[in-house]
Amino acid sequence: MLEIKNLHASIGGKEILRGINLTVNAGEIHAIMGPNGSGKSTLSYIIAGRDGYDVTEGEILLDGKDLTALAPEDRAAEGVFLGFQYPVEIPGVPNTTFLKEALNSIRRHNGEDELDAMQFVKMVRQKTKELGISDDMLKRAVNVGFSGGEKKRNEILQMAVLNPRLAILDETDSGLDIDALKIVAEGVNKLRSPDRATLVITHYQRLLDHIVPDHVHVLAHGKIRRSGGKELAMELEAKGYAEFDEAAA
Amino acid sequence: MIEHSTVQSFVDQFSEIKSRLPGEQLDWLTPLRDLGIARFGQLGMPTTRLETWKYTKLQPFDDTAFKPVSEIIRENQPQQSSSIFPEDADVFRLVFSNGYLDGALSNVRELPAGLTVQTLAQAMDSNPEWLQAKLCREHNGESEALVALNAAMMESGYVIHVAQGAKIEKPVEVIFMGGITSKPVAHHPRNLVVLEEGSEVTLVKNNIGFGVGPYLSNTVTDIEIADGAKLRHYKVQAETLEAVHLSTINVEIGADSLYEYFGLSIGGRLSRTEISAHLNGSGGHCSINGSYLMRGSEHCDYTTVIEHHVPDTTCSEVFKGVLDDDSRGVFQGKIIVHKDAQRTDGRQLSKALLLSNKAEMDAKPELEIYADDVKCAHGATTGQLDETSLFYLRSRGIPEAQARNLLIQSFLGEALEQVSDEKIRSLLMDRIFDWLPAQCYRADEWTSE
Repeated sequence: MLEIKNLHASIGGKEILRGINLTVNAGEIHAIMGPNGSGKSTLSYIIAGRDGYDVTEGEILLDGKDLTALAPEDRAAEGVFLGFQYPVEIPGVPNTTFLKEALNSIRRHNGEDELDAMQFVKMVRQKTKELGISDDMLKRAVNVGFSGGEKKRNEILQMAVLNPRLAILDETDSGLDIDALKIVAEGVNKLRSPDRATLVITHYQRLLDHIVPDHVHVLAHGKIRRSGGKELAMELEAKGYAEFDEAAA
Repeated sequence: MIEHSTVQSFVDQFSEIKSRLPGEQLDWLTPLRDLGIARFGQLGMPTTRLETWKYTKLQPFDDTAFKPVSEIIRENQPQQSSSIFPEDADVFRLVFSNGYLDGALSNVRELPAGLTVQTLAQAMDSNPEWLQAKLCREHNGESEALVALNAAMMESGYVIHVAQGAKIEKPVEVIFMGGITSKPVAHHPRNLVVLEEGSEVTLVKNNIGFGVGPYLSNTVTDIEIADGAKLRHYKVQAETLEAVHLSTINVEIGADSLYEYFGLSIGGRLSRTEISAHLNGSGGHCSINGSYLMRGSEHCDYTTVIEHHVPDTTCSEVFKGVLDDDSRGVFQGKIIVHKDAQRTDGRQLSKALLLSNKAEMDAKPELEIYADDVKCAHGATTGQLDETSLFYLRSRGIPEAQARNLLIQSFLGEALEQVSDEKIRSLLMDRIFDWLPAQCYRADEWTSE
């Protein structure tokens, strides 16, 4: 479903990604681990289409379609979803407005009928119920006054509403205590689907106790240095990232 | 000498039309008008050499000979009154077309006890002594010339009086329609709002422009709020791209009373609203706020001076501006805490959002404090749309134009929250929504659920 081929990217002339190759099939969860500054977050931003990065070589294919020239909103319409490490606060814009605008923008883009207010509310309430999220969160302004855990749960809610083909979760565990982390992981697990590819980006193994990946990749110095099963995460937890130092690479 | 010719043009106009101006029979009014034109002749139009006019230049308009309107103009006049309220809304309404009362569009019948709504000319006829005391009050400051010109030329305007203890539920809307003709016209409304002790009213002023020709409005509004009275004063300025809109407001605020102002500026080639508010009684509060949304080469200036004269008074100000293209915004906010005004609490915030690299904002917050037990805070920022927020919205599938709109609405929210009347807040949002460049859901659409 997701195929990244020889992806090179730089910021302001500085090369950050140096030839990434990665295939994630539908139904699979892949974890990308790596030391700080390895390019993990850059990879997630580049897949989602954030400005400021130059893709100098390579392709990002989703269901065979290259995304690299598309605007972020068009990628979202193609099925890309990025769960942010630090979700943004938008005062004065209620969550429902935001979600409705997002969902209907995607539906418009894909030639589907927009949901009217009634249909939308019904759908969202069903999602909040499934995820055990309070409806109160819908009325509040996007992420304003949310705790760290609430912000991440809100990301999961957005993911449930937008139902992406590819979900990327960027450092979802950062800033969460263990209880919040469990709740968020539970949400991700509920959204596991044979039609969805999921990429979990994390520095620590602990998230992977709760979201069990099919494959683990180590990203260091802009390249995937090793790939393996979930046991690789355990090994990294024990040994750290020392072997992926520049010299070792 | 462009400047000279403008001044001379107004002076010439005055001698031409003075006999046709209302109130000719009043022995105190003629000297007031004569004094006004003489003073204006001395001072001339305000120039950027004056400190409070540093950022707003009137000269580009000096070569237009704005002519006074001698009769009601019906060219291009819209049939509807351009109210900000829905058609079936129950409001009292006065409509002026280039300064002239349009009785057909107005509705001031069956006013409740305690409320008087008149035109200036009607008040001159029915209550000249009362009016004399109000109109002869001095206006100082650097915009004195505009007030003097207004004193000479004032042809109409509204007079609202709320009697002691009268709490008026229905809002009073006053609409000034400008333009309507391709000839360059000027009007100089003089407005007066007097709230007696313990009274309350909501006033909505709507300046709206039509047509293609340049026009000038030079308005002076005097407001008196007696002890325990409350005035909510909302203004929409939606003038045309050829309009020059000058408004000078003076407010006297008594003990335990409230003055709440919100100005929404969404159109006008050059606009300046200058508010001078005086807190004269303990327990008085004023809340002066606004939003300006400008594009093209529009210029919008809000200049406020709030003076705390006595102990235990409070003020708050929140101004938010959105500037696109080559437009320019000016916010000058001064809070003066006089020596006796202990325990003053004053807050002021000015934020501007620049949507284009060519837009410009000049913000000048000032505190002048002569008392020692005072809480005062002010802040002014100018910035662009946050790139991360924009990416966040776009990454959810929201196209860039709509994402920008949502962020603009979000930005303005903090100012609109200051509008305590929720219905009117929503009507102001309608106007903001009209201004926004692309369609999107309203940010406040769901808040009432």
